[in-house]
Amino acid sequence: MNSKKQIASSLALSVKKLTVAYHDTPVLWSIDVDVPAGSLLAIIGPNGAGKTTFMKSILGLLPTLAGSVSFLGLSAAHAAKSGAIAYVPQRMSVDWDFPISVEEVVMMGRYGSLGWFARPKQHDKEIVIDALRQVNLEALAQKPIGSLSGGQQQRVFFARALAQQAEVYLLDEPFANIDAATEQILVYILQQLAASGKTVLVVHHDLHTVRTYFKTALLLKNRKIAYGPVEQVVTSVYLDQAYGNRYYYTPPAISHSGGDPDYISPAGKVSSWGEL
Amino acid sequence: MLDYTMVIVLIGASLLGILSGVIGVFILLRGQSLLGDAVAHAALPGIVLAFLVTESKNILVLLSGGAVSGAAGMLLMTLVTTHTRLKKDAAQGMVLSIFFGLGLILLTVVQKRPITHQSMLNKFLFGNISTILYQDLVCIGVITSIVLLFIIIFWKELVASVFDASYMQSVGFRQQSVSFLISILILITILIGLQAVGVILMSTLLIAPAVAARQWCDSMRSVVIVSGFFGALSSIMGVLLSNCMVGIPTGPMIVVVASGLVFFSIMTASFIAKRIKNFSVPPYTGVTQTNTHTQKNTHTQVRTQAYAQSRICFCYMSKKYIKQKDRA
Repeated sequence: MNSKKQIASSLALSVKKLTVAYHDTPVLWSIDVDVPAGSLLAIIGPNGAGKTTFMKSILGLLPTLAGSVSFLGLSAAHAAKSGAIAYVPQRMSVDWDFPISVEEVVMMGRYGSLGWFARPKQHDKEIVIDALRQVNLEALAQKPIGSLSGGQQQRVFFARALAQQAEVYLLDEPFANIDAATEQILVYILQQLAASGKTVLVVHHDLHTVRTYFKTALLLKNRKIAYGPVEQVVTSVYLDQAYGNRYYYTPPAISHSGGDPDYISPAGKVSSWGEL
Repeated sequence: MLDYTMVIVLIGASLLGILSGVIGVFILLRGQSLLGDAVAHAALPGIVLAFLVTESKNILVLLSGGAVSGAAGMLLMTLVTTHTRLKKDAAQGMVLSIFFGLGLILLTVVQKRPITHQSMLNKFLFGNISTILYQDLVCIGVITSIVLLFIIIFWKELVASVFDASYMQSVGFRQQSVSFLISILILITILIGLQAVGVILMSTLLIAPAVAARQWCDSMRSVVIVSGFFGALSSIMGVLLSNCMVGIPTGPMIVVVASGLVFFSIMTASFIAKRIKNFSVPPYTGVTQTNTHTQKNTHTQVRTQAYAQSRICFCYMSKKYIKQKDRA
């Protein structure tokens, strides 16, 4: 009994029977997911599979038809108020021509814990500078965000999430249109967060890198296709179900030695991605 | 020249200019340049209806009527965008024309009735700040201070929500509350600004100072302050210029000055930027300067609107001038 209770409290995110629809088109059908604390989870699936919708609806940004969501045992709204959830929206969802400095954007990460009316204090400024240092942007703190490159913009968003000092991090396509060097920096930060016991959920579109970057994966195609350790999820059987045979994929043979029932021998198939 | 009435008019005009300049920055950055136009036009039927029912010439009574129909217009826009597949601009265009048409019909009804003071309604079409009284000035002063106070108190929430609403929602700031607050501030600003430039030209007074200020400043605080200053400057200049030239109405003159400020700012700021680029190659700091192009694109729409507005002004002014010539 006691151990069961412990498991329940160490769940960072628990989603039960989540169902979401846009107008009259259903996007997510009855999704059940339990994410333990310390996970580094990739949410993958084809375009229109509901990855972003999943992230937005567990945050309460979209109305849901049915289901319940809880973070760290709290309701989504309660957890948001306590500042436990750091959300990194898609980079292009904001106007980067906005007249605001890098430091001011990162300071927004402190607003959740400050609440209404309160002004940032010295303590908050130190946290912001520390967050900027972690993404290597201290030198640009006073620059207007309009002068940043795409990779720097994404690092600003990361710094804002870090400044929140949250428990759960939700990132929507953080590596879209980012150069390889920046991607490595950002992945390293995420892996550090997960190693220190934080929970990281990432909407990811690049199936080449899923296995190297993440430990667990959730494969969506309006329904939950598969969820578990990444090498068991990113397999031909499940990918065919999600992507509808549009791609051939062969997982590297050396990745694990255990008997994986979903693993299909690469015989006769190309060893990387190729469109039919 | 600077007699008692003139001082009242100048103070009133600069207060309205400051207020619409400040609120205009938020409208511009929310990407709702047309919203001000739609709400201003939507206020007209309410104002005329309030006059028809009460036959009062009290400005507060008329403006409360305008507030009701302006708010109804806003609500209709929100309902249309949330419940249909129509985009924001379609909803705004629809509300603008429906309410303005309704207002014009009501205006014709009023003109056929034997009611006194009905000519004062014309001031809501193109505005006439030169007729404001001391009581009106007090009212404008109180409302301006209240709106500015709200902006200072909620500065952090307003700026962050305009920049990234879904992030602010994710850290527990209810976006419905913030949007409601912004909408109320916009509505109040537009209603009292109507006295200066009227329903047709209101959106220029909101957008032009903000666009001009954005050319010069890179931080939110300075954009808001400079925009308020530009708003006041164009109002004062407009009043003084129309005072010098006989028979030229103040409202359109204010709008022409504000549009001139936009034109000057866009030309000069880009000229200065070009000269700096030509004469000095900045040392590499890891910052790429690729934003000039996108900045131009976002302003194109606003600029087109500003041109359209100034064309309306010129037509109106030349019509008045010809009328006077005919009379002479």
